[in-house]
Amino acid sequence: MQNNGKPLNVVGKPFRKVDARAKCTGQTKFADDIILPRMLACKILRSHEPHALIKNIDLSKALALPGVFAIVTGKDFPIPYGILPVSQDEHALCIDKVRFVGDPVAAVAAIDEDVAFDAMNLIEVEYEPLQTITSIEEGLLVNEPRIHDYGDGGNVHKKVSLEFGDMDEGFAEADLVREDTFFYEGNTHLPMEQHAAVAYFDPDEKLTLWSSTQTPHYVHRALAKVLEMPASHIRVIATPNGGGFGGKSDPFNHEVVVSKLAMITGRPVKCTLTREEVFYCHRGRHPVLMHVKTGVKKDGAITAMHFKSFLDGGAYGSYGVASTFYTGALQTVTYEVPRYKFQGARVFTNKPPCGPKRGHGTPQPRYALEVHLDKIAEQLNLDPAEMRRRHLVPPNSVTANYLRIGSMGLGACIDKVVEGSGWKDKFAWSNWRSAIGNRQSRKGIGIACSSYICGAGLPIYWNNMPQSGVQLRLDRQGGVCVMCGSTDIGQGSDSILAYIVAEILGIDPFDIRIVTADTDLTPVDLGSYSSRVTLMTGNAAIQAAERARELLTMAVAEKLNVPIENISFAERRAFDVENPEVGVSFAEAVVLAESKFGTIGTVGSYTPPRSPGKYKGAGVGPSPAYSYSAAVAEVDVDPSTGIVTVDRVWIAHDIGKSINPVLVMGQVEGSVYMGLGEILMEEMSYRANRNVVHKFPSLLEYKSPTTLEMCDVKTYLIEDPDPNGPFGAKEVGQGPLLPVPPAVANAVYNAVGVRVDEVPITPEKVLKALREKEKGRDARFGPTSIPNVEWPEPLRVLTPAEGGDGREMPRVAVHS
Amino acid sequence: MTNGTKQKAHISFLLNGEAAEVAFAPHKTLLEVLREDLTLTGTKHGCELGECGTCTVLVDGKSILSCLMLGLDAEGRSVETIEGMAEGAQLHPLQETFADTGAAQCGYCSPGFMLAAKELIAKCPKPSRDEIKEALSGNLCRCTGYIKIYEAVELAAAKMRGEEMELPRESLFGIE
Repeated sequence: MQNNGKPLNVVGKPFRKVDARAKCTGQTKFADDIILPRMLACKILRSHEPHALIKNIDLSKALALPGVFAIVTGKDFPIPYGILPVSQDEHALCIDKVRFVGDPVAAVAAIDEDVAFDAMNLIEVEYEPLQTITSIEEGLLVNEPRIHDYGDGGNVHKKVSLEFGDMDEGFAEADLVREDTFFYEGNTHLPMEQHAAVAYFDPDEKLTLWSSTQTPHYVHRALAKVLEMPASHIRVIATPNGGGFGGKSDPFNHEVVVSKLAMITGRPVKCTLTREEVFYCHRGRHPVLMHVKTGVKKDGAITAMHFKSFLDGGAYGSYGVASTFYTGALQTVTYEVPRYKFQGARVFTNKPPCGPKRGHGTPQPRYALEVHLDKIAEQLNLDPAEMRRRHLVPPNSVTANYLRIGSMGLGACIDKVVEGSGWKDKFAWSNWRSAIGNRQSRKGIGIACSSYICGAGLPIYWNNMPQSGVQLRLDRQGGVCVMCGSTDIGQGSDSILAYIVAEILGIDPFDIRIVTADTDLTPVDLGSYSSRVTLMTGNAAIQAAERARELLTMAVAEKLNVPIENISFAERRAFDVENPEVGVSFAEAVVLAESKFGTIGTVGSYTPPRSPGKYKGAGVGPSPAYSYSAAVAEVDVDPSTGIVTVDRVWIAHDIGKSINPVLVMGQVEGSVYMGLGEILMEEMSYRANRNVVHKFPSLLEYKSPTTLEMCDVKTYLIEDPDPNGPFGAKEVGQGPLLPVPPAVANAVYNAVGVRVDEVPITPEKVLKALREKEKGRDARFGPTSIPNVEWPEPLRVLTPAEGGDGREMPRVAVHS
Repeated sequence: MTNGTKQKAHISFLLNGEAAEVAFAPHKTLLEVLREDLTLTGTKHGCELGECGTCTVLVDGKSILSCLMLGLDAEGRSVETIEGMAEGAQLHPLQETFADTGAAQCGYCSPGFMLAAKELIAKCPKPSRDEIKEALSGNLCRCTGYIKIYEAVELAAAKMRGEEMELPRESLFGIE
């Protein structure tokens, strides 16, 4: 495709990452590794009150401490910011009110971290406590006091109500209508690197910020706004992230604070969060209560689906409006859902703010949907793998909610895991229809599928500019430098740029210099979120490299006196395809081009295609392409302890085309790992009645899988190239997490005949469900009801099948 | 209060095979001394409470959590950090295999893992998968799911035994 049918020399090969040597020798400079002369240390005083008015802040004792250079408070930061334009609700330091334990109140710059810490503890803050809002139910019911003075009333941040197609007709057509309720507890990213930022204010009054951020572009925007400085005077450099998973995607208070302190003191200032602060920083998985009602025909074909979600957003907006839409967006892209209704509500609570974690807003509904379908399959007496396989969304189609599907490899994914896991034998042998309750075996098997976007179709700030830009510089020594705003968070985005440019220019990836994530040097890329980087920077890199190749081709063709279409690039040479020994070295090709055209530099950019959805709310869900995954989990459940051990996961992922298969494998295995942690043990939970403090903000007590809990993984990569992907590539960073939690939940049921409809599936919950089962009651643990909410009149959209044009229908006045 | 007014402690020790001396505030951990006073920032921190294994270094060949050891206790000892693993420009086999298998994604936990693995291979030249899991169970990694790390350790151990070994095709490309 991008290579005119030429064999690929780099793409698809398991090359080393371009930064692998640095990472394996301890030479990669993470943000906290930056040590500058005269650098001061910053500590941030955080609220120990979950919800309170700030009555007074006394800095006198702290300021008197020798070694303290500056202290700032909320009055130094009157301008609010936030990642979404609709939720500019954060201040770098709280002004008159704190909203959760951990909210920042004051910040010290001092000669070293010890002095900064001592000074922080000498700051006296007088609070007037307010009633706390600690749950989804309270957020919906308690209107006063309001945590924020904006949103959809009381403590509701956002309510959404969308309806695609005639739901009554859909449910009437069904042979079975089933309803289920689920809860997915919140959990956090837990990157091994604690967030850190270093700021430096130049003598020429320009500010530089180094930060472990996934989104330097948005940090740049936020700094310009809050500091009231021209963005052109600010340089943001994202240091390589020591893991992100979405947790470093917001602009953060410590980034703003060190910038201000550097400007005040004229010295570099660093702030590194403690692990406890990282827990309170959060922006992780929203706790979501869900209710799903689905109508199906006898063969499992869906006739209509109504999905409701309730999100505990924590104390600030963050990405929450997008998260809310995401809990209802992607239900339609795996199996055909001809009519669909979604209602979602996000509430503010006095807890650390939730935001985007790997899968952003979709693992929760995916878990609910896939367990719900498992229950439907059982009720219809169908094999759950076959039922799913039979009703897939067709490729090159448009869903009821106007998402355009391109390539669709889910069928192949299901086939691979069904075959690899021996599903047919194992599932028949453990047949839930006859054997549950009698057999002694504790082994069980479960299946689930999923899909994820390859980049959000719309940028956070709606505009007509590209989402990703790449600039290429070629020099007369044959050097190639690729500049791009993308941020390597460990996924290998720097390497992807090198592989793609090397493929097109016929050179080695290690010949290339990569300069990324520096707002002074690199064209904008919006950041490492929404699984957008390979697809978007990859396409931009292809365009830039093809433009450079074109210049080189013209110069070489002239020199060799052969037609332009004869020139090919490989093995660091440009040559005549009809006479391959006739050619020049790559460096000579650059010299020829530079002699002919002047200095050689090219640019490339990428803007996603427009989505067919035009209704209000159609901005969340569209993507240039969708990746697909299927997983089978095999578990062992100990009925005496309730402990679930996952022995093995078979997972197939539709990657479109692997740019580097070993990096794809790493993302799949890492996603399985993270999904395993979510379903078995990870939870952000708080002592509601004890000041809403986090129960266990430490790496020891917040349980995450070690080598001893990690399961065996059998991975299959399905290559079904997507026309919108670079060389056909789709995402892999987030999608493969999604099927893991429901596959395990379904396997637990298959093992011991109890449904745990609440994530994580901890031993206590399994035991409680087993007790219920012994007593002959509903063999289940999980929520039984949802709050009664007054929903706004749904926005109605005719589906494509009903002849809709993607726009909402005019609202009809309702007379009572 | 430690405003540089307190007298610094001073130690002599062997650091990555070289004689070293350093002065530092006496309450500092070995992790802080390495990173802040010797600017050897290859040693990372994830919790500074002994919970994650990220700050693992070798002291007299034994893996320890440098966040739980006082710098003062390194007096006269031999300390090896990630910066000392390669022989000049020649990477240690573990560094080679971590790079080749994709065992280092973000790379933040990698120094700790490699040093813990080095100790394991020294004690057990042909570790089984279970022995590797056991030896590395104190080190957390959030990126890889550990699998590429096991493979890198197995490959490095084989190299160090002088055996030819390649990763199975399915580890690099998935199962056919």
